[in-house]
Amino acid sequence: MGLSDLFSASVLIGIATSGIRLATSYLYAAIGETFSQRSGVLNLGVDGIMLLGAFGSYYVVLTTGSQGLALAAALLIGMILGLFMAFVSVTLKAEQGISGIGLYLFGFGMSDLLYQKLVGTPRPIAGFPKLPIPLLSDIPVIGPILFQHNLLTYGAFLLVPVAAFILNKTTLGLQIRAVGQNPEAADSLGISVTRIRYMTVIAGSTLAGIAGASLSIALLNIFQQNLTNGQGFIAVALVYFGAWRPTGVLAGALLYGLIAALVLAGNTLGLIPRSVSDIAAMMPAIITILALVVTVSRVREPAALTKPYGRGE
Amino acid sequence: MSPNPADTLPRKSIEHLEMRGIVKRFPGVLANNHVNFDVRSGEVHTLLGENGAGKSTLMKILYGLYQQDQGDILINGERVSIQSPSDAIKLGIGMIHQHFMLVPTLTVAENVALGLRSSREPLMDLERVSARIHELSEIYGLRVNPDAYVWQLAVGEQQRVEIIKTLYRDVSLLILDEPTAVLTPQEVDQLFGTLRQMTADGHSLIFISHKLHEVLAISDRITVLRDGSLVGSIPTGEATRENLAQMMVGREVVYSRPIQAVEVGEPRLVLRDVSAISDRETKALSNINLEIRGGQILGIAGVSGNGQRELAQVISGLRPLTSGSILLDDQNIAGWGVKSLRDAGLAFIPEERMRDGAIKDFTVAENLILQEHDVEPYSHGIFLDFRAIAERCQELIASFNIKTPSQETTLKSLSGGNIQKLIMARELARNPNVLVASQPTRGVDIGATEYIHQRILEQRQLGTATLLISEDLDEILALSDEIAVMYEGEIVGIVRRGDATVEELGLMMAGVRPQPQAESA
Ligand SMILES: Nc1ncnc2c1ncn2[C@@H]1O[C@H](COP(=O)(O)OP(=O)(O)OP(=O)(O)O)[C@@H](O)[C@H]1O
Ligand SMILES: [Mg+2]
Repeated sequence: MGLSDLFSASVLIGIATSGIRLATSYLYAAIGETFSQRSGVLNLGVDGIMLLGAFGSYYVVLTTGSQGLALAAALLIGMILGLFMAFVSVTLKAEQGISGIGLYLFGFGMSDLLYQKLVGTPRPIAGFPKLPIPLLSDIPVIGPILFQHNLLTYGAFLLVPVAAFILNKTTLGLQIRAVGQNPEAADSLGISVTRIRYMTVIAGSTLAGIAGASLSIALLNIFQQNLTNGQGFIAVALVYFGAWRPTGVLAGALLYGLIAALVLAGNTLGLIPRSVSDIAAMMPAIITILALVVTVSRVREPAALTKPYGRGE
Repeated sequence: MSPNPADTLPRKSIEHLEMRGIVKRFPGVLANNHVNFDVRSGEVHTLLGENGAGKSTLMKILYGLYQQDQGDILINGERVSIQSPSDAIKLGIGMIHQHFMLVPTLTVAENVALGLRSSREPLMDLERVSARIHELSEIYGLRVNPDAYVWQLAVGEQQRVEIIKTLYRDVSLLILDEPTAVLTPQEVDQLFGTLRQMTADGHSLIFISHKLHEVLAISDRITVLRDGSLVGSIPTGEATRENLAQMMVGREVVYSRPIQAVEVGEPRLVLRDVSAISDRETKALSNINLEIRGGQILGIAGVSGNGQRELAQVISGLRPLTSGSILLDDQNIAGWGVKSLRDAGLAFIPEERMRDGAIKDFTVAENLILQEHDVEPYSHGIFLDFRAIAERCQELIASFNIKTPSQETTLKSLSGGNIQKLIMARELARNPNVLVASQPTRGVDIGATEYIHQRILEQRQLGTATLLISEDLDEILALSDEIAVMYEGEIVGIVRRGDATVEELGLMMAGVRPQPQAESA
C-alpha cells in the first residue's frame, strides 16, 4: 500500500462520500445553533443535548425497532432540553456560558447513566437504510457522492437552504436578526424578545437532538459513553467559522467532514503510522480551530450575543 | 383570560390623551411624583425640565416601556392600560427615543417593516414597504433610501428613518424625546417642517428638548417638570426664555458671562498639515494647521460631518493620521496611544459619550475612577484602595453636582445630562494641559450647560489650551477666543472672537472663504 492508493478514483469518491456523511451531525447541530445565536443566545449545551438525543433514539430503536419513533424521541428530548435552556438563560437571565456547560454536563452524565442502567453492553442496531435517489444516484462520480445516503443526511443538507430562507426572507427571520442585534429596538416595536429567543433556542436544541440521533441510529448505529466526542462544541465553533450564515456553516461542516474522512481513509489504508494515529485523529479539530482563527472576523457577530435582555427597570 | 384592553379598543384617532397623577419610583429616586399631563389632537405639547427631571420616564410609561406605580392614562376619556410597546402601538402611540432604536445591520426598509404583519406572511414584502416609504417621504419631505443599511446613515438620516417608522404605523400621537439633540440647524428646520405638517393632519405631538428657542418655535403649550414634579403648564404665547428657565431651574439663569482676560501662554497644542481619512475611506481632514496657546479656547464651528469628529479623534489618539504632526507641549504625539496621551496631560470629552466616554454597565464610582484607578492613592500595587476611591468620587459628585442616588448606581440609569457631567468631572479633575471637548453640552439642560461652560472657562483661567468643537454656534461664540470654521475637512478660516458676525460665520460654514485683502486695504 502506498500513497498512490489514496489517489485512485474509487478511494477519492469514497472519501468524498464519507465526508458528506460525516458532515451530517455537524450540520444539524450547527444550523440549530445558528438560529439560537442569531437571536443572541449562545447555547454551549449542544453536545449534551446531542448525547441525550443519541441515546434516546438508540434506545427506542433497540426496544421497538421503529426508526420513526426513535426520531420523534430525539425531537422531543431536544425540545424539552431547549425549553430548559431557554428558561435558564432567557427568563432567569443566567450567564449563558455557564448554563450551557451545565447542560452539557447533565447530558453527558445522564446519557451514560441511562445507558449503563438500561443497556449495559454495546449492542448494535439496524440504522437508517441507505436511500439511493433513482436516476440521480446513477450519475457517475456525483451519484455515489451525493445521492446514495440515508434520509437524515439528505435532511441535513436540505436544512441549509431552508434555514437561509427563514433567516433572510421571512418576517420571523427579520425578527430573529433584529433581536440578536438590538433587542431594545425590537422590543420598542412590540416584538417579544423572550418569545423569539425561546423559539430559536428550542428549535436549535431540537435540531441538536436530531444531530445526536443522526450519529446513533444513522451513522454509527450504536451507543456508548460520550458517543459524540465533543461534536457539539465543534458545531458551536462552526457557527463562528460560518460567520452566522447557514451557507458559511455548510462550508465549515463540509471541510470538517472531509478532513475527518481523509484521516479515516489514511488509517484504513495504513498510511498513518500507529504511533501518530491518535494525533491524526485530532487533525480535523486542529485544522478547524486554525481555520477559525484565520478566517473569523467578529464583525458579523450578533451584537447582543450572550447578553440577556430586560427592559432596564 | 381577561381580554387585553388594547386589543378590544377599536382603533380610532386620539382626540385627547391624558395622564393623571402618575407616580414612578426607581431605587433611590422618585422619578415622577403625581404628574398630570395631557395632549390634544393637532397640538405640539412640549415637556421641559432639567436633566433627570423625569421627562423620559413619563414618556416611557406612556409607551409601555415602564409601568407606573400609581396613576391613570386616559384616551378620549376612557381608561386604557398600556403594558408594553405593542399595546401602545395598537392604541396609535409612537415614540422616537432619546437614543435611536434602529438595528444597524438591517436596511431602512427592514427596520421599518420590523414587527409588522406582512401582506405575504410568512414572507417579507419589502418591495411594498419600500414603495410606501417612498410615498411617505414624498408627503412629509423625508429623504431616505429604503435599501441603504442603517449603519451607513448619518444621524440626521437615521432620525428620518425613525419618523418614517412611526408614520408607517399610522400613529396618531407621536412622542419625540430630544429629537433635535443630534441634528444640525438645517436638519432641525426640516424636522419642524415635517412636524407642522403632521399636526396639520391632526396628529398630536409631544416634544422634548433642552433648546428653548426650538421649544418656543414649535410648541403650542409647554409643561415644566422639576425633580419629578409638575411645576406648571403654560401656553407658548405666555412663555419667554427667562420665565421658562426660571421654572425649570428654580432660579435665574445667566446666559452669557463676560469672558475675563487671561495671560496667554506658550503654544500647547499645535497641528501641522494634519490629514486623515474617514471610516468610509474618504478624505476627512486635509492639511489642517491649528495652534492653541495655554489659556486659550479655540472653537471649531461647522456643520456636522465636515471633519470635526475626525479632528477630535486624531488628537485623542483614536484615529491614525495619514500625514502631518501634532505637538502637545512640544512633543510630537502623533501615533501615541490613549494612555500615554492622558499621561501627557490630554483630556478628552467625546461626542458619543455612551460609546467612547463611559461604560454604561459600570457604576458611577467605577466610571469616575476609570483613568486613575492604577495610580496612588487609589491603588497600591495591584490592589485598589476602595476607601480612597469612595472619598474621591464623593468629592467629584459634589463639586460637579452630579445627580445620582449613590456611587454604586450603574451609569445607564443616570439621565443623559448627568452622564455628561460625570465625564466632565473625570476629565477636568486632572487639571489637563490640553482639553478637547466635542459637543460638551449636547443633550444637556440649561442649568448644567451653564455649569459646564463655567468649568471650561475656569480651566482656561488655569492655563489649559482648549479645543472646543460644537455645532451650537451660540456656544462657540460664548466661549471661544478664536473661531476656526471647518468645511469638507479643511479650515475655511480662523477669526478672532468679535471680528466676525454670525452671518459671516454662517457663510464660512457653507464653504465661502473670507477675503482678508479687502479688509486690510
Ligand atoms: N431604569 C432606571 N433605573 C433607575 N433609575 C432610573 C431609571 N431610569 C431613569 N432613572 C432615574 O430617574 C430620574 C429621571 O430620569 P429621566 O431619564 O426620566 O430624566 P430626563 O428628564 O429624561 O433627563 P434628560 O434630560 O437628561 O434626558 C433620574 O434621576 C434617573 O437617574
Ligand atoms: Mg431623557
